[in-house]
Amino acid sequence: MSGTATLVLLETTTSNLRSASLPAISAARKLAQVNGGPVVGVVIGSGIAAAAQDAARYVDKVLCCDNAALAAALAETWAPVLVAAIKKIDAAALVASATSAGKDILPRTAGLMGAGMASEIVAVIGAKAFRRPTYAGNALTDVEVLTPVVVATVRQTEFPPAAPAASAGTVEALPPGPIDALGSEFVALHASKSARPDLTEAKVVVSGGRGLKDAQNFKVLEELTDLLGGALGASRAACDAGMVPNDLQVGQTGKVVAPELYFAVGISGAIQHLAGMKSSKVIVAINKDPEAPIFQVADYGLCATWESTVPPLIAQIKTVKAAG
Amino acid sequence: MKILVPCKRVPNPDLKLKVANGSVDLAGTTWQVNPFDEYAVEAALRLTEKGKGGERVGEVVVVSIGPKDTSAQLKQLLAMGANRAILIAGDDGALDADRVARILGTLVVAEKPDLVLMGKQAVDGDDNQVGQILAASLGWPQATFLASILLAADGKSATVTREVDAGVEERRVHLPAVMTVDLRIVGKKAVRNEALAPATAEWEDTQRLASLKGIMAAKKKELREITAESLGVAGGILVKTLRHEAPPARKAGVKVASVEELVAKLHNEAKVI
Repeated sequence: MSGTATLVLLETTTSNLRSASLPAISAARKLAQVNGGPVVGVVIGSGIAAAAQDAARYVDKVLCCDNAALAAALAETWAPVLVAAIKKIDAAALVASATSAGKDILPRTAGLMGAGMASEIVAVIGAKAFRRPTYAGNALTDVEVLTPVVVATVRQTEFPPAAPAASAGTVEALPPGPIDALGSEFVALHASKSARPDLTEAKVVVSGGRGLKDAQNFKVLEELTDLLGGALGASRAACDAGMVPNDLQVGQTGKVVAPELYFAVGISGAIQHLAGMKSSKVIVAINKDPEAPIFQVADYGLCATWESTVPPLIAQIKTVKAAG
Repeated sequence: MKILVPCKRVPNPDLKLKVANGSVDLAGTTWQVNPFDEYAVEAALRLTEKGKGGERVGEVVVVSIGPKDTSAQLKQLLAMGANRAILIAGDDGALDADRVARILGTLVVAEKPDLVLMGKQAVDGDDNQVGQILAASLGWPQATFLASILLAADGKSATVTREVDAGVEERRVHLPAVMTVDLRIVGKKAVRNEALAPATAEWEDTQRLASLKGIMAAKKKELREITAESLGVAGGILVKTLRHEAPPARKAGVKVASVEELVAKLHNEAKVI
């Protein structure tokens, strides 16, 4: 039998909790209501004492596994730490946001434990039952985990970012046990820098597709993006053509977004793209092809070229904003 | 270099999915190889040939767990160039990610590949779990969501890039390992075996199609059918599917005639600007 605690993997910098983990805390709190136990965070890394304190503002307790050999988020070294954390607090569940790290590490943890896992849950139905999208979001599937310990990743767009708890939790050191990367080694992160908000957290996303034709043409989308304080996105076609970096891709490969307002400009709307943006509150499609599938999910469709629409769109939004 | 490529048969993702009465109706669908797994087969073929279209050095073994007619998809992969195929009898309803990984694990122990290469996820279940669970069960390293693989000349390690949230991450991995691939693994220069292909080597910017010659050659290739029981896999599933439903339909949208109308609607109706 397992206990009642809900464990949540919290990703951090050396000083702060990452906002990407806030939705996982919300999901963990929901699960804790059913499990009846505390929400315990686990932070892993090197030189993360300050981050552990920051994370403790959100949970009842933080287990902090701080070791120079754990600086890189390698599944080979982090998954055994998560297993140790589960055992230490006799957790009923382990959750994490479905970030690239969460999606890499949690299944390995489940595999080490022989625990059942639900991927990218969008709702907690019960202590062991979850709702999750399947078939590229064309179905919602309810699953029940049959093992004593439950593992789940959380789709970030479907749970609100958690606010700090009324009182901060305690921080407790978690000894890592033997660390063996099995020869895996982090070499480098080639990060793309952007002053814009994170795609997954932005209230407005402006995405361009094949119809933009050229990297240069994204400039006008960037202007629209910045006017709305949003994040820039793209379809696979635009990334593959080298118009924008790959990490702007929205879809089954790439990021899942659900902003208040999503602009799809020159994007036809392949299933793989729709899988990443269909949950957006308001979808605007601008495409010159009246048959483009994107119009089937758009709240507002404008059948025209981006050249003839985006510049006047920018001008008119400016006017509306100026009028308050 | 011996590479095992697990491949799942999935319903055609471009056909409209029928979801009714708590289940997904696949009666009218056509079946195909999971796209991400097909990319893994292409990557495996590139890692075992002397440059584009060159002689195969080593072996690419494709394996699927599925009903008997999954042999059609395996034959297609043999025609692409895989050396042999293994079909493990199985029914999706009696499988979950853990069980698939455990079955594959016993096969890996029997086949002893240097590398297991597979798609990052199947486009029906969208679990994105099997590769990681398989690596855990074998005690092997894992490299997920790969955009490129550079296999060292000695065949003992690889430098890989992964597309992660913050950009592109580079890692070194020792073999044997489990690697899962994302779609850019079929880029022109995404995959190379230093022992077999020069730095200038380029392939098509997509996975290869089966040639007529390949289709003829495939007829003589081994397609072995076995059962999970014969591999000595016990146990059952850890995750049960309760029901499916269609996602809430979006309310019908409207076409607007002009930028003016669009801005007015966004401001006054949707109130998002």
